[in-house]
Amino acid sequence: MTVISPPTAAEIQTVVAARALTGKHSCFIGVGPPSTAALLARRVHNPGLVLVYESGTFGAKPQRIPLSIGDGELAETADFVVAVPEMFNYWIGAGRIQVAFLGAAQVDRHANLNSTVIGDYEAPRTRLPGAGGAPEIATGCPEVVVIVPHSPRTLVPRLDFLTTGSNHITKVITDLGVLEPAPTTGELMLTQLHPDATVQEAVEATGWKVEVADELAATQVPTDEELAALRELVARG
Amino acid sequence: MAELTSLSAAVAELVHDGDSVALEGFTHLIPFAAGQEVLRQGRRDLELIRMTPDVIYDQMVGVGAARKLVFSYAGNPGVGSLHRLRDAIENGWPVALEIEEHSHAGMANRYAAGAAKLPCALMRGYIGTDLERHTRVERVCCPFTGEELVAVPALNPDVAIIHAQEADREGNVQLWGIPGVQKEAVLAGRRSLVTVERVVDQLLPRPGGVFIPGWVIDYVAAAPGGSYPSYSHSISDRDNDFYRDWDRISRDRDRFTDWMRTHVFDGAPA
Repeated sequence: MTVISPPTAAEIQTVVAARALTGKHSCFIGVGPPSTAALLARRVHNPGLVLVYESGTFGAKPQRIPLSIGDGELAETADFVVAVPEMFNYWIGAGRIQVAFLGAAQVDRHANLNSTVIGDYEAPRTRLPGAGGAPEIATGCPEVVVIVPHSPRTLVPRLDFLTTGSNHITKVITDLGVLEPAPTTGELMLTQLHPDATVQEAVEATGWKVEVADELAATQVPTDEELAALRELVARG
Repeated sequence: MAELTSLSAAVAELVHDGDSVALEGFTHLIPFAAGQEVLRQGRRDLELIRMTPDVIYDQMVGVGAARKLVFSYAGNPGVGSLHRLRDAIENGWPVALEIEEHSHAGMANRYAAGAAKLPCALMRGYIGTDLERHTRVERVCCPFTGEELVAVPALNPDVAIIHAQEADREGNVQLWGIPGVQKEAVLAGRRSLVTVERVVDQLLPRPGGVFIPGWVIDYVAAAPGGSYPSYSHSISDRDNDFYRDWDRISRDRDRFTDWMRTHVFDGAPA
C-alpha cells in the first residue's frame, strides 16, 4: 500500500480552493494554481462543474493542466466556444458565471487587487502583465475567490495601482489560511487557518494589522483522495 | 475581393512605417509569420495593437519596431513576463515605448465598435479603478435609465492581420477553434491581410467555424505553419516548450538579439 506523504502548504491552498467550488454551477478560471484547483474540483468535489476559460471555452474537460488559457485541449473538449466580445458582454458582464478565481500581485484590506505595476505607473519598478479580464470578471461574477501567497509583499496596506475593485470578493485563500470580508466593516479578516500554520505566522505575514475571527475555523486536513487526485493531476504536467 | 498573393508582397503593400497595426489571435492562430515578415521588411515607428501581446509583440518591440503599444494583458501565458516589453517600458530599450492599456472587455468592445464603424462602445467597467485615469475612456450617462456607464473609443487600425486555417481561391476565409477577436479585427481594420495554413478549392463548413468573406479582405497569403509557436486548431499544436524557452531567450538583450538574427532576420522570407 502506498503511503501518502503529508501535504505541502501550496497543496493545502489548492485543495481549499477546490473545495470552495463544491455545489457551484460554473467557475471562471485563469492559468496557474486556480486552474489546478478547478480541475481538482471536477475530479473530486463537483464532477458537473462547468469550467469557463477566458479564451471563450465553456465546459472544457481538460485531462492535463493547461499552460495557457487558450491551449487546444480546452477548445477540443468544450461544450461550446465563443468569441471574446461575446464572452465578456453576454456571459461575464451579464453575471452568468457563478464563481471566478483570480490571482493578483497585491491585495489590500478591502480586497482590491493590483496586477498592473509595482512602483509608480509612469516609471514602474516592475511592470506586471496588466488587467486582462480581471476587472470585469470581478464585477460581473457574483462570487469571486482570490488565490494568492500569504506574504506582506502580497497582502499590502496600500496598493501601488488599483487594477480591480469589487464588492463580490467572498474569500482570499492563501497558503496559511482564508481571509473573508468582516460582516460589519467589509475588511478582510482571518477566518480560517490551515494545518501547521499559526495565527501569529498569518498575522505577521499580513501587511496590515489584520483582525482575527473569534471563532477561527480549522482547515480540514486534505484527504488521501484529494491529495492523490491533485498529485496525479500535477504529475501529468 | 481579396487578392491571393505572397506574404512578402502583401506585407510590402499594406504595412508602412508609422502605421497602427493589429495582429490578432487570442492564444490560438497568432500570425507569427506575418509579424516576422513586417520585421524583415524593416518597418519602424509602428503603433502595435493586440489584446495579448504574446511572444510575437515581445519580438517586434524587442527589435525597436514600435513606438506605441495598445494592449490588455502583456504576459507570457502560464510562464511569466514578456521580458522585451518590460525592458522597453521600464528602461526604454531599445527605444522608448508609449503604452495605452485597457481591460480585455474594453479591448473587445473597442474592436466590436470598430467593426460596426461606430465611434465608441458602452460598457460597465473601469469606474473605481486606477486604469480609468491612465487610459482613454469617458463616463457617460445612459439616456434611458440614467445608469453611469463607460464609453471606450472604437479601434480602427490602419492594418489588421490575422491567421486562419483555410481560404478558397476567391479569398474567402474560414477559421475554427478559439475564435478570439479576429473577425472583429478584420472588419475594424482599414486594410487587412489574412495568412492561411492552406488554400483549398472549397471551404467545408466546420463546427464553430467563423467565415469571413473575401470581399472584406484585401490580401490572402498562404503561410503554412504561420502561427508557430502558437497553433492552428486541428492542424498544429501549441509549442508550450517554446513559450517556456522564450523566457530564457528573451531575458537577456544579447541572447534575444542573436536569436532574432538567426531565426528571423537571416531566415528565408516566406
